[in-house]
Amino acid sequence: MNLQPPALEVTNLTKVFDKPAVEGLNLRIEAGEFYALLGPNGAGKTTTLKIVAGLLHPNAGTVKVFGIDALGDPIAAKQLIAWVPDEPMIYDKLTPLEYLEFVAGLWGMDAPRAEQRARELIEWLGLGPNAHDRCQGFSRGMRQKVALAGALVHDPRLLILDEPLTALDAGSARQVKEVLAERREGGVAVIMTTHILEVAERMAERIGVINKGRLIAEGTLEELRGQAGPVGDSLEDIFLHLVAEKSGTA
Amino acid sequence: MNPPGTYAWFARHEMRLFWRDWVGLLSAGRSKPIRGLVIAAVVFFGIMHLLAYAIIAPLAESPIVPDKKTLLIVTGGLFLSVTTMVSHAMDSVTRSFYARGDLDLILSSPAPPNRVFAVRMLAITLATMVLTLVIAGPFINALAVLDSAVWLGAYATIIALGAGSTALAIVMTIGLFRVLGPKLTRIISQIVSAVIGAAFVIGVQVAAILSIGSYARLSFLGSETVVALAPEAASPIWWPARAVMGETAILAALLVGGGAVLALVIVMSAGNYGSHVIAASGIAFDEFKNRRPGRPFRAGSKKRALRRKEWMALRRDPWLMSESLMQILYLLPPALLLWLNFAESIGSLLILVPIMVMAGGQLGGGLAWLVISGEDAPDLIGSAPVSVGAIIAAKIEAVLAAVALVFAPLLVGLVLAAPKLAAVAALGIGISALSATMIQIWFRAQAKRTRFRSRQTSSRLATLAEALSSISWAGTAALAAMGTWLAVGAALFAAITLACAWAMSPSRSMASYMDP
Repeated sequence: MNLQPPALEVTNLTKVFDKPAVEGLNLRIEAGEFYALLGPNGAGKTTTLKIVAGLLHPNAGTVKVFGIDALGDPIAAKQLIAWVPDEPMIYDKLTPLEYLEFVAGLWGMDAPRAEQRARELIEWLGLGPNAHDRCQGFSRGMRQKVALAGALVHDPRLLILDEPLTALDAGSARQVKEVLAERREGGVAVIMTTHILEVAERMAERIGVINKGRLIAEGTLEELRGQAGPVGDSLEDIFLHLVAEKSGTA
Repeated sequence: MNPPGTYAWFARHEMRLFWRDWVGLLSAGRSKPIRGLVIAAVVFFGIMHLLAYAIIAPLAESPIVPDKKTLLIVTGGLFLSVTTMVSHAMDSVTRSFYARGDLDLILSSPAPPNRVFAVRMLAITLATMVLTLVIAGPFINALAVLDSAVWLGAYATIIALGAGSTALAIVMTIGLFRVLGPKLTRIISQIVSAVIGAAFVIGVQVAAILSIGSYARLSFLGSETVVALAPEAASPIWWPARAVMGETAILAALLVGGGAVLALVIVMSAGNYGSHVIAASGIAFDEFKNRRPGRPFRAGSKKRALRRKEWMALRRDPWLMSESLMQILYLLPPALLLWLNFAESIGSLLILVPIMVMAGGQLGGGLAWLVISGEDAPDLIGSAPVSVGAIIAAKIEAVLAAVALVFAPLLVGLVLAAPKLAAVAALGIGISALSATMIQIWFRAQAKRTRFRSRQTSSRLATLAEALSSISWAGTAALAAMGTWLAVGAALFAAITLACAWAMSPSRSMASYMDP
């Protein structure tokens, strides 16, 4: 019997802007699990992830991170989380090492350990030659790598990634996928949104499909195939069918 | 319709962008911007005209004659306009080399870059002239109504001087570019432009302090000593002043001369515009390389990490110099007054207190905008395990420490000369800067740091509150330094200003890093 609390437990989550962005969403992700959240543009994926990361208040519902009430005790929950948005949030005026020092400082890491971890990540992500250059002149892909290093430097237990591979070249994308797999094996839970369905198909243990703020399907690839019926083998076929069906256009 | 790629086509494109940018800035994104702009313009010009009539009426009781004293004061006013125009134009020309905007698109097209340069320089000339005419216009109108219509010649004189000022600014900027290279030019030209902009006012203030021991600039320019030292009325040095006062031959010569110089400078410089812009864009990659490697990570609290980040970002801001240097330069005359009156007269030092408190508020407001609204990674800060209170506190501390660093030398000098005044000034600067910072927190609106120059237009209410607060605290400090209980009334007014600002702010919560 697994007594460890789930890495993420979202219950009846609702967020309304001028219209509902997320409606009664339930999610449960275990420690060490890789979960892909898929959905068309404007489906509510980023809103959901922002609420989990403590960047938005929901109108209703609960969010628990490893058993900690993220709405009641956000600081304790954030200590366990790393959030990588689709637009890399880094500082143009800082070098990658200075950025990682700052992030480690925000998460209250011990300085020598943070430095060692930062240097490992910089080398590992191929940013070594640019470690002392300011991020101002960096390409989108390099900025994405710096943001990812920032998310990993404080050893989070729940990684929230919003389109992390968008700007990366093939080699870098492979590196990132390897590190995510390695982290998952170490017990880190990963929740990721992506439009690259091949990544979700290959990496995720479970996949959730969200549309118009509601979770319309969830399960392993096999389970989703079962839910979608005979529409094709690929996740792309299944995804398009599920979204179209729930939108009434199938 | 103008054929694509021609001067007229580029001019139309620039005018459209300029107009939309200008309307966007002034209307702060409101609907029906034109109606709002018209109302604002009518109110502004109405107030400016009332002010101008009040100032000019006593001077125009008897007909104004072009004697040496009048020519000296008019020339002083024109010189102030010219230094302001050169400063503004130089800043704009520098930005035209470095701001990328649509330049990548235009330079990658087969359109000749010299046409873009010519059109942009003419747009800068126009903007420079308009800015000066907006300020000077009500005074010119008042003179024309109360004295004589010949004063309307001032409009044409300012246009001629504006053309000449822009030409000078282009020559100086390109000269710096060639001598110093693109990397240094950006910073040096900001310093030169700020120094030129402040030089005349500071120079006259310094001369007034040295000769009559006070700040009175007009009294100094009209003083018998200066009038006696000035050249005779027939000297060519008074030509611009004579043009202002209606001498049409001189006015025509100035207009032709100004236009010809500007045209010549644009034609001679336009050919290298493309290569200058490409050189400037190269520094985006070169200047950020290999900065002091090897420093170990520093330990400290989460708040300390935040403060260090803010200071690093401020220190490395390429445009901060031009935005703040002018405010700091205006502290030079008070510093001189302090030095001259050191240990002699506490009374004359009293004037320093409100000036420093006012400057502290303005500087604090500017820096606060950069660290709060100009935060580059609000999501990172929001997702970090740090309370909103701690984030806000760290940002306030970062701003106040930076303000303290700027004012420390003056305060140390004041402590040695008049400790009580120094204590009042230090407290006033702190409260004024803190008030401006709080206003920035209440009116926080996420923006790119490069929008710093237009921060005043994003919320006029915040700008007004910031100015009122700084003025009120300056008044409070001056009255407190004089030892009168009236200081309590001024402090109360400042507190009410802050309370109103808080009540009218979009979010009355300090939790601005949630629910953006």
